[in-house]
Amino acid sequence: MHVIYRDRTWDFAETLTVRQLLERLKLLPEAVLVVRDGVLLTEDQTLHPDDTVKIVAVISGG
Amino acid sequence: MRCRRCGERAAINMPEHKLALCAPHYLEWFLERTQNTLRKYRMLEPGDRILVAVSGGKDSLALWDVLLRLGLSADGLYIDLGIPDYSARSRQKVLAFAAEHPTARLHIVDVQAQYGLSVPELAVRKRGDNRTCSVCGIVKRHEMNRIALEQGYTVLATGHNLDDEAAVLFGNVLHWQIGYLARQYPVLPGDEAEGFARKIKPFCRFYEREVAAYTLLRGLDYIYEECPFAVGATSLEHKALLNQLEHRAPGTKLQFYVNFLRARQQEELQFKVEPTQVILEPCRVCGQPTTAGGLCAFCRLWQRETPSEHPVE
Repeated sequence: MHVIYRDRTWDFAETLTVRQLLERLKLLPEAVLVVRDGVLLTEDQTLHPDDTVKIVAVISGG
Repeated sequence: MRCRRCGERAAINMPEHKLALCAPHYLEWFLERTQNTLRKYRMLEPGDRILVAVSGGKDSLALWDVLLRLGLSADGLYIDLGIPDYSARSRQKVLAFAAEHPTARLHIVDVQAQYGLSVPELAVRKRGDNRTCSVCGIVKRHEMNRIALEQGYTVLATGHNLDDEAAVLFGNVLHWQIGYLARQYPVLPGDEAEGFARKIKPFCRFYEREVAAYTLLRGLDYIYEECPFAVGATSLEHKALLNQLEHRAPGTKLQFYVNFLRARQQEELQFKVEPTQVILEPCRVCGQPTTAGGLCAFCRLWQRETPSEHPVE
């Protein structure tokens, strides 16, 4: 799967849950949202090798 | 994971509330919780006219959107700080939102056009590069209050979320800033005679992630990039620390902040404040209240350039 987060990208060949993906990238689920095809995903959702996934950072300076 | 209300696939899981919801029910819940917060802290009074400070970021645009969806009278105020590239893009986001909501009015203050210097230029001239955020804060607070009073708004609403408030509380406790702790509350009463509009933070019980989810699900277009001056800010470090605690124990941030407010409300936590020692006087230049005697903090920043007329678009 193709993963986009800020100005970085990653590619993973295997099937992963959202939770596993965030663990791989060492991102806290509290600080991001995960979106596939414009749809917001919960951590138990499965991501497939042909998916394009966008990780949205939610924390800002305030 | 299934929506607690309808059993459809959930769009968001909120361990802090032990609650998962689908997109339509999340948007419904978000409005309900905002209304609940408005009531809980008695933020509004009948007939209030609300001015929402909008930056083009997710929190303020979401707040304006929610207040309008709740059927409240809420206009927007955008302050163009003149931050290269960033301000132009954020202004565009606000203009686009306003164009889709023609019943609401948008006020724009362009700091550079009005006072002769952008905020970054003013910060360099006055305090050196590393103080841009404090200069920015003074300018925004002054201009928000000015427009609210000049245009007859009774309430000034800002999009501060729970992560913002918890990070501020964390910083205040860490350094035992008693004066700031005494003032930290989601409603600051206004005083027409003194020249202050009431200030409210209706999103103070929403996690930043919850606001971002609302913005995404509503399809609101906001400026995603961080303000270039906020990079490396202490508040971001505090937020990251609190999120680590939250990850281990969901609900930590909410309890930290809300229990602080509850302790204050129930007077379990009291601060020795001596309001009689604070004498407010109108600023000699702009007329806004100040404790300094003479010029307010904003006008001291501009001492070489006296603020001129204050046109509003």
